[in-house]
Amino acid sequence: MVEFIIYKSIICVVIFAVSLGIAAYSTWWERKFAGLLQDRWGPSRAGWWGLLQPLADGGKMLFKEEIIPNVSNKFLFVLAPGLFIVTAIMAGVLIPWGPAVSINGTSYPLQISDINVGVIFLLGVTSIGVYGIMIGGWSSNNKYSLLGAIRASAQMISYELAMGIALIALIITSGGTLSFSEIVAKQDAGFANVVWQPLGFIIFFVCAMAETNRAPFDLAECETELVGGYHTEYSAFKLGLFLFAEYINMFVSSAVMAGFYFGGYNFPFAHEIYNAMGLQEGSWVISLIGFGAYFVKTLIFISVFMWIRWTIPRFRYDQLMNLGWKSLLPLSLLNLAITVVVEYFRGNIQF
Amino acid sequence: MQLTNRSKVVSNKVQSFSERIYFPAIISGMAVTFSHLFKKRPTIMYPEQKREMAPIYRGQHVLKRDENGAERCTSCGMCAVACPAEAITMTSGERKKGEEGLYREEKYAKTYEINMLRCIFCGLCEEACPKEAIFLTDRIVDADYERDDFVYGKDKLVEKVDKRIDVTKRQTPEVLAFKKIPGLKHNELYTDKLNKGKH
Amino acid sequence: MLGYTITQWTFGILSFLAIMFALMVVFSRNPINSVLYLVLTFFCIAGHYLLLNAQFLAVVHIAVYAGAIMVLFLFVIMLMNLNQDSEPQKTAISKVIAGVIGGLLLVVLVGALRGTEQINLTQYGHSDIGLVKNLGRVLFHEYLFPFEIVSILLLSALVGAIMIGKKEIK
Repeated sequence: MVEFIIYKSIICVVIFAVSLGIAAYSTWWERKFAGLLQDRWGPSRAGWWGLLQPLADGGKMLFKEEIIPNVSNKFLFVLAPGLFIVTAIMAGVLIPWGPAVSINGTSYPLQISDINVGVIFLLGVTSIGVYGIMIGGWSSNNKYSLLGAIRASAQMISYELAMGIALIALIITSGGTLSFSEIVAKQDAGFANVVWQPLGFIIFFVCAMAETNRAPFDLAECETELVGGYHTEYSAFKLGLFLFAEYINMFVSSAVMAGFYFGGYNFPFAHEIYNAMGLQEGSWVISLIGFGAYFVKTLIFISVFMWIRWTIPRFRYDQLMNLGWKSLLPLSLLNLAITVVVEYFRGNIQF
Repeated sequence: MQLTNRSKVVSNKVQSFSERIYFPAIISGMAVTFSHLFKKRPTIMYPEQKREMAPIYRGQHVLKRDENGAERCTSCGMCAVACPAEAITMTSGERKKGEEGLYREEKYAKTYEINMLRCIFCGLCEEACPKEAIFLTDRIVDADYERDDFVYGKDKLVEKVDKRIDVTKRQTPEVLAFKKIPGLKHNELYTDKLNKGKH
Repeated sequence: MLGYTITQWTFGILSFLAIMFALMVVFSRNPINSVLYLVLTFFCIAGHYLLLNAQFLAVVHIAVYAGAIMVLFLFVIMLMNLNQDSEPQKTAISKVIAGVIGGLLLVVLVGALRGTEQINLTQYGHSDIGLVKNLGRVLFHEYLFPFEIVSILLLSALVGAIMIGKKEIK
């Protein structure tokens, strides 16, 4: 029992710290990558290659003047950024970062909690995430904030459906399990899920972009129309939390995509390589390599998110709704039908 | 009438399937941005690496001293007259005994102020100066917090004896020859004014 | 602890919170606050499901009720921008009708609960009925017909909503 508690607390703290660290450095990489894509250098002053930029930004956010509007609902105004960041971090609970390590015969999976309804938990947590935005936007008592919040919520509801149906197809492909770690483990032998679910992956990717409020779906903070959207009235560290949570969201959804569709910690010829290195099942080296593979995939996805952000202009609101309801939803239903047929012939489902 | 052959006729033709799903366009757009990752960057890392100024760059003014260290300015006011922005003001004083090392001529500028917020850095003051006293240099006027601080007095304008400012780039033989041509436009105007005053 | 197990303590605290938040839903003046309290109530009820080892139900409860339906509620209330100034005046007769209907509902609920057998509290944590596999098996074997009827009902509601939403029907 004591060992279990120690192991869980260590893994919680490590994953929490890594999530925050990655989110912080995503802000740096976002700016750096944007610079590189636009023939600039990006941040280059704070530290070598601007690597201390996140610290500088965080310090700036901490020491700026904190303004709480007089007409706002103060309790909810303060609550909203915290709520947003909590829900952002919560989804990270599910991610199996590597093959389980076995110490003295006990197996320790590199995952905070293996919920047997993990996929639905993920959907639930992402849908709760919108409360942070909505409460923040409403309690600011500002028209622009309210409009941003309303946009964010409408967008979340619209894209959650297509995302959920894409996930159902994924669950059928991976043999009817709802547990994240089992979905990843199923991709150990054979291909990654993206081979069987190319359309599903594209739908999930677009929806994930919409759910994380990233460009081209960042209508909720569309500065040309809504000043700053739902965080117009926020300043100092509360604003920082909002911005930070977006990057945590992005990190988590990148990890989810890498796990669901690209095999997570598995990679081609993994077993051949492990055998050639003479590693036993459950060795910590295997876990480390698997963790590295998963991490690299996640970072690539984060970069793709940014790459898309700095390439594609923002959608108009009606285009966003049309895409969600008239394109992605029918497409995901089609994908579900195709998946059922394909899986029937593959023998994964029987009637 | 066709004005240019680059004009495009707008057509509302029905989009083809590949256009409607946007994916080819998105992929090609992303390829464009990706190719920019490997392009040469025109950035100049400013404080360490400075952009080379043009030899005729017109920046902050300097009031020159002669080779003995005496101020060349004789407070004739030609620069102030030439100045289109009316940025220059001065008061003149008479040189006392024993100040020969400080001022070259008998009359000198007691105060000499240029309002850097008004100045448009046209270089007409330099052109007007008969004594080769004022020059524009390739230094950039510093940013400041107060409007008052942009009125540069003699303390900022006159070059230090031990820290001479090189203006040879602007004092080419051509320029010197040009300045000696009698009957330059502003000189004419000035003489006209002088004559008017006499009569 | 005072003769109760941790499960019983959790049950007690969750029940207290659920009832308290439910009362706050009714008593808070601001509709937005009501919605937020309702969301908290849903979380407490999801906690109850977890105590019954029905993880699927708990998560679906959060995802559907707290995550989708209440977001829509909040959305609509924010759009209407209700506050105390624009609150419509309720006439005495509407209050009386609301009281009568609420009372009738209470009678029905109490009557229904009286009819049920005593729930055995000791079974907490040992039942696997709430897990996805068992739930799916029950839904698609024993209750297949009602399940399909419900789906047809939802489909008709969907079609009806689209028909109403359409500007003109050709």
